[in-house]
Amino acid sequence: MSARAERRAPIPPFGVVVVTVFALLALFGPLLAPYSPLAIHLDAQYRSPSAGHLLGTGDNGVDVLSVLLHGARLSGLVAVCSVLLSLLVGATLGALAGYRGGRTDHLITGLADLVQAFPAVVLNIAILALVARPGVPHVILALSVSGWVLFARIARAQTLLLRESDFVAAAKLLGASEAQILVRHVAPNAAGPLVVQATSALGGAVLAEATLSFLGLGPGAAASWGALLDQGSAVLLRFPHVALIAGGAIALTVLGFNLAGDYLRDRLDVRITRGL
Amino acid sequence: MAPGLPRYLVLRSARAVLTVWGVVTLVFLLVHLLPGDPVDAILGDQAAPEDRAALRTALRLDRPLVEQYRAFCADVLDGSLGRSFRVRDQRVSALISEVLPSTLGLAAASLAFALLVSLPLGVLAAVRRGRGWDKAATTFALLGAAIPHIWLGPLLVLAFGVELRWLPLPGDDPGRPLALILPALTVGAALCATLTRQTRAALLDVLSEQYILAARGRGVPELTLLFKHALRNALLPVMTVAAAQLGALLSGAVIAEKIFERPGLGTLFLDAFFARDIPVVQGCVLVVAATYVAVNLVVDLLYGVADPRVRLA
Repeated sequence: MSARAERRAPIPPFGVVVVTVFALLALFGPLLAPYSPLAIHLDAQYRSPSAGHLLGTGDNGVDVLSVLLHGARLSGLVAVCSVLLSLLVGATLGALAGYRGGRTDHLITGLADLVQAFPAVVLNIAILALVARPGVPHVILALSVSGWVLFARIARAQTLLLRESDFVAAAKLLGASEAQILVRHVAPNAAGPLVVQATSALGGAVLAEATLSFLGLGPGAAASWGALLDQGSAVLLRFPHVALIAGGAIALTVLGFNLAGDYLRDRLDVRITRGL
Repeated sequence: MAPGLPRYLVLRSARAVLTVWGVVTLVFLLVHLLPGDPVDAILGDQAAPEDRAALRTALRLDRPLVEQYRAFCADVLDGSLGRSFRVRDQRVSALISEVLPSTLGLAAASLAFALLVSLPLGVLAAVRRGRGWDKAATTFALLGAAIPHIWLGPLLVLAFGVELRWLPLPGDDPGRPLALILPALTVGAALCATLTRQTRAALLDVLSEQYILAARGRGVPELTLLFKHALRNALLPVMTVAAAQLGALLSGAVIAEKIFERPGLGTLFLDAFFARDIPVVQGCVLVVAATYVAVNLVVDLLYGVADPRVRLA
């Protein structure tokens, strides 16, 4: 690398920094937390930020910073699992629709259209309503039911393009099976747009988990950003710091993933086609 | 009538009817596709056997699947949407129509706000491309799309309700027109951001077309060019995006109704959720999805009338 290029070595973009910090907090946050997120101090409710409690205290005197650090792990877990599941299901169905065409395509595209007629939050709530005690796996499942559609659309559009390429034709002539063609030849070439979409989808999933927890439908007792924001909103007029901090953490993370997605798109130079 | 138009109208409407039928089927199947017994979800696992049996009958779970489906469709077709568990024998449709006007009012106000701000801002950004207004609009679009409803609502309350004291606080007589402003801003902000970006992009596309260059060459004044020649064409895709974002608008309404303690479809939906009042949950989902399909149908039909190229697709 020349001296000049080195001097211009870029400052990591804001989105990437936010995503990295979030990932580290999700992994190690609970170890850094000064208190248990469930430790109750009834004599110290809703204190403003101070040396003892850097971000103040919330409902029942819980330490806001500790709840945030533990909540990051929950957010990260739900986001990564639901996006992976959506990606897996969506990419498989989309690739099948694009590769086979005909009835398979009609069926899968029709299902995707149908799911998109439901606003995601509404569909998620309806699914959770049918579970006795919604926990983390149920939230992940609910988010994936609405989440796979975008991945399917992208995978389908990519597969339609790749299906006509020479190397797929060559693989077919050599007797490769459908699964081999999709996994070994189509998937690697369709990965770029899917990765970009997955990055912004992670932000979307963080927001969706927070929204569900905010509405009181999240996975119960665990420390969660959305639940913290809900508690903060209830006392917004007297103790605004709780809602401001919890909401700020959510907004910053979502913005970070969106920007990181944009950055990846520019870097990988992918054009996302969602056309049907 | 223009050639191809009747065929387009009929085909597009038929597709919408088919989609609504699919929506009804999916909402019905939801109860059956999920792992676990809905009776457990509603009563908990400690319930007495006779209560469970009674609920099973009420939910029609004791009948064959096909018969359950037929009964569910009959409830939809006669417009009652079934009966609530919680409010004794009340028709779901009656509960929904009681609160629907409030939610539609909120959605309409949010849409009006989004359009009133995004159209001028998007036009300004496109015309002043690369300059101050453009940068401001682009930044606004980025932040507006990223800021979550659940945070924007409390922020607006703090700013306009607590600090400035201009607007009512959550829960203060939601019937007053002033009380609609903050919820509408909360719900409409994201749509406003999206539409600003769409308007800017669509207008920039149109402005680089040959016919605009030709009109400019003929000496058509810039303002006429912008409003008569360019904007008309640029607005069509913006309207389609607005209709497609309706789902987000309705999700936003559910959230805003909770933040601002407003009665509405969202509040009914959440109450039904916590009471595990499954028929009301299903009814709310059905009404929301059907509204989405209907609005998109109307926009597509209007689009087909306005732009002959659409009919060929």
